[in-house]
Amino acid sequence: MTLELSLNQQPAHLRQGSSIGQPLTRRDGFLKVTGAARYAADNHPPGMLYAVLAVSSIARGRVALLDVEAAKAHAGVVEVMTPENRPPLATDPDAKNNPFMFRLDLLQNDHIRYPNQTIAVVIAETLEAATEGAALLSPRYEAQPARVGLDGAESFVPGGVGIGSPAVHHKGDVEAGLKSAATRIEATYETPAQYHNAMEPHAIVAAWDGDSLSIDTPSQGLAMAQGRIAGLFGIAPENIHIRSPFLGGGFGSKGMISGPQVLGILAARLVGRPVKLVLRREQMYGPVGHRAPTRQTLRMGMDSEGRLTAIGHHARTASSTFDDFFEPAADASHTLYASPAIATSHEAVRLDTGTPLFMRAPGEATGSIALESAIDEAAAACGMDPLEFRQRNYAEVEPMTGKPFSSKALRECYTQASERFGWQRRPLQPRQMPDKDGFLTGWGIGTATFPAIMFQAEARAVLRADGSGLMETGAQDMGQGAWTAFAQIAADGLGLDIDQVDFRAGSSDLPNAGIAGGSGHTATAGMAIHNAGAAVITRLADLATRHEASPLFGAGNEGVLARGGRLYRRDDESRSESYGEILARAGLAEIDGRGTGTPDSASREAYAMHAHGAVFAEVKVDPDFGQIRVTRLVGAFAAGRVINPRLVRSQYYGGMIWGVSFALHEEAVTDRRSGRIQNANLAEYHIPVNADVPSVAALLVHEDDPYVNALGIKGVGEIGITGTAGAVANAVWHATGVRPRRFPIRIEDLLG
Amino acid sequence: MKNFDYIRPTTIPDALAAAAEPGSAYLAGGTNLLDLMKGGVTSPDRVVDISRLPELNRIERLADGGLRIGALVRNADLAHDPEFARSYPAVAEALLSGASAQLRNAATVGGNLLQRTRCSYFYDTASACNKREPGAGCDALGGENRLHAVLGWSDACIATHPSDFCVPLVALDAVVEIEGKKGRRHVTLEEFHRLPGQTPQRENGLEPGDLIVGVRLPAEAASFSANARYLKVRERTSYAFAVVSAAAALVVEGGKIRQARLALGGVAAKPWRARSAEAVLLGADADETSFVRAADAALADASPSGDNAFKIELTRRIVVRALMSALAGTPGRLPALPASPFSSIPGVRHDA
Repeated sequence: MTLELSLNQQPAHLRQGSSIGQPLTRRDGFLKVTGAARYAADNHPPGMLYAVLAVSSIARGRVALLDVEAAKAHAGVVEVMTPENRPPLATDPDAKNNPFMFRLDLLQNDHIRYPNQTIAVVIAETLEAATEGAALLSPRYEAQPARVGLDGAESFVPGGVGIGSPAVHHKGDVEAGLKSAATRIEATYETPAQYHNAMEPHAIVAAWDGDSLSIDTPSQGLAMAQGRIAGLFGIAPENIHIRSPFLGGGFGSKGMISGPQVLGILAARLVGRPVKLVLRREQMYGPVGHRAPTRQTLRMGMDSEGRLTAIGHHARTASSTFDDFFEPAADASHTLYASPAIATSHEAVRLDTGTPLFMRAPGEATGSIALESAIDEAAAACGMDPLEFRQRNYAEVEPMTGKPFSSKALRECYTQASERFGWQRRPLQPRQMPDKDGFLTGWGIGTATFPAIMFQAEARAVLRADGSGLMETGAQDMGQGAWTAFAQIAADGLGLDIDQVDFRAGSSDLPNAGIAGGSGHTATAGMAIHNAGAAVITRLADLATRHEASPLFGAGNEGVLARGGRLYRRDDESRSESYGEILARAGLAEIDGRGTGTPDSASREAYAMHAHGAVFAEVKVDPDFGQIRVTRLVGAFAAGRVINPRLVRSQYYGGMIWGVSFALHEEAVTDRRSGRIQNANLAEYHIPVNADVPSVAALLVHEDDPYVNALGIKGVGEIGITGTAGAVANAVWHATGVRPRRFPIRIEDLLG
Repeated sequence: MKNFDYIRPTTIPDALAAAAEPGSAYLAGGTNLLDLMKGGVTSPDRVVDISRLPELNRIERLADGGLRIGALVRNADLAHDPEFARSYPAVAEALLSGASAQLRNAATVGGNLLQRTRCSYFYDTASACNKREPGAGCDALGGENRLHAVLGWSDACIATHPSDFCVPLVALDAVVEIEGKKGRRHVTLEEFHRLPGQTPQRENGLEPGDLIVGVRLPAEAASFSANARYLKVRERTSYAFAVVSAAAALVVEGGKIRQARLALGGVAAKPWRARSAEAVLLGADADETSFVRAADAALADASPSGDNAFKIELTRRIVVRALMSALAGTPGRLPALPASPFSSIPGVRHDA
């Protein structure tokens, strides 16, 4: 018997009341706008105490003295956790068994290795008492000079960058390519340290019952968090229940369980009562990851026709002194532009900062702004329109590997976005478009790209005798709309109306949905859901087609279709039966099936898989003041199948606005002497406000991809940043004639 | 946080009595004080909540043609008072260019005068700051100081005053009404704020326990209403403090400047009245040449306090533009982006 549920091969399915493709509003929207959605810090179990971190104000050294007595003497303070009395752990927090296991600061000693590192935890009856208790600790330090900035230490070549990518890659001979070129450019760009700044701070409510642990905390990866905590405490993963129904943003900073979250669990262990710990905004600048600064040098050679002969991309970045995460910025040059010779390399320094981590489009974002700026410089050096230059160097196969693309609708993205934007009226030279009010206007382009990644996920589907369905997977909704998109996939997978499906997610006692990261969650958990649906429908079909009383009896090799709560014979749709009838005849209250989402290694070996996009930006620059406003953004993106166009567009908007932020706003201002971040608050760590993004349009370009997965999903979470940041920088050049080489672009860079 | 007494007096004398104790702080809108308390920058023993004193909530026309604004009038209420905005358009524009709508709904007139610097070293309690802890030193010197003062700074302090509202107020000769132990007194806003010298902790002329009860604008302030603008350069289009700002107000007759007012924001520890520039403008032709000369005069004594030399040139340019905008005439309606360069051209809306 064959079962035809592959939506990719069955577009007809879409025309028959499919949930996939519908622009549904967020199913959790009402809960959120009415305040009923329960985030981690909203929980308040009986007997709960409040924990507050005391953090280091020095970058390097040791804690010499803490006035624990003063803190404990404060009314309401119950306990102060320091290295002296911190409960034991089964695993050394400095142990590292795999690249995804990051070292944590869990009061294992008195050493300080970055500002805002936890040096004690004060636990009290009230938040106010705990806060004052932390202040009363009045720490004294033995401080050593801080190592700050990309020139703050000797550099070295890291063993790998990003997720295990070699630090150095090359194909062809870049030096020869440069030598033979008719035109060459070389430019160096700097990007600053940036912090995730999710609206919801990292928070945890932890309660122990013997060796069982109950946790409310935001997590982008429930099973990974469960495993890490199990290892640290020496208990079985199934003894840990993590609830994470809603995240107020994560952007990578909630991918792995962070030190402060584990400290909340330790505090609960120490006092034997439930404990809540919520980071203050400024405490998020250190222990929960960040995007490391980069200094990138791009070298490009072009022949007389404007074809690239060589791309050299070198990035210097930074990690902490005690762990390894190296922003893979130069790898951005692997996939986008055709060149016979490409070389990418990285070097790094170790600074007295918290360990940098994955931050929305890690490597792709930093690399993209430099690459897209350099491509623009190369186009200008060749006297070519930057769109034409990009099309001239269009990669028909993945440049670094020579693999064909599983799908690539980038040409269509260029066409749709440029037409919508009106790009053909753009003068080649900069400073040619003063507007009627005297502002300098500039238009810029950037190409967007992000790999179509998949991880591993599982899901369980149930069909019930009352005709309803249940789908379970421990998926994580960071605000992107997972509750809705996955319910849509579940509905189609079960052949039910979405309102007939009970979708459960956000809890560690559900099947492992993998990590909500790498723009791979919809593809990965979506495929698990899809396959679980197929599995349970297969069982249902078996029940029907094997029973003589069923109108589907003997459907055999012709197979059946599942739609609207009924199974139909594929070859004769007049013969059908409802799910309820099938289960009732079999005397079953419910049946279930399981599915996994997993990358197909054969197709991934054969094909390069990436989403693509084209972003066009218009900026206006005040000619006297250098103040910049992005007056228009148009992006077109092709990322395979779109599950929910409303949510996808929202993801693109968010990414594009983040790109504006990257180009114009975001920077952790770090004191060059102390290493302390000077703007660790949302008043002065600038991100765009509405007035900064008056017009943003995202076009969804149709793309069928038969290879990425059966649903044809690539992923949309991160791609919007790439391309956009460079487009804004290039528009600033086109407006002013000044080529931005450090980001964010500052007023003084344009004053002239 | 540290425990403190909370007192909510119902009359001004009660408020003064309550705040007479050392370690007291008045609470009005709380938009700055609460952040400072949460950050451990200030830790009063006693918070005297004056936010419900009824008599401080009024905007009153005075018999002499002036205006009295109660200290508790909210920024948003003042800016949206049609008669106020018509008479003092640059002040309304400055108010609406500050902070966010939510903050403007809470922040008060008196509190705005007393808001503390945004110098990050003042907020970072692990840094040395003479303003926070007299004699401790100044870590802003030699630190991350591209937004710091270029006028009137000292080696003890290079912080700036962040207010938008105070800039046109000081240009228009506003007067601060203060209630203290010895009764009510009046101090010009220009004299009210102090330059740091060696005592940057002394930011204004208030004595302990003094309460700002109102701000007065003299009758003459309304005479500039046809040619008054506030202009603010910032690092995003809204919800950002000024990198530099300028308030310009002119009375022009037959192409000559009969009266001129100019004040600068974001450049010094106080809203900076540019009297030398006003002297250059008085009687001069109302044109760009005069404005450039005025800008040069306004910045004659400027010097960088760190990585901020660009602010001197930027201020020169904003002075010229603010004067040009004032000369062009107050727009008939407040721009959609108040005080933004992107709405500095009268009558043109850039918020499409």
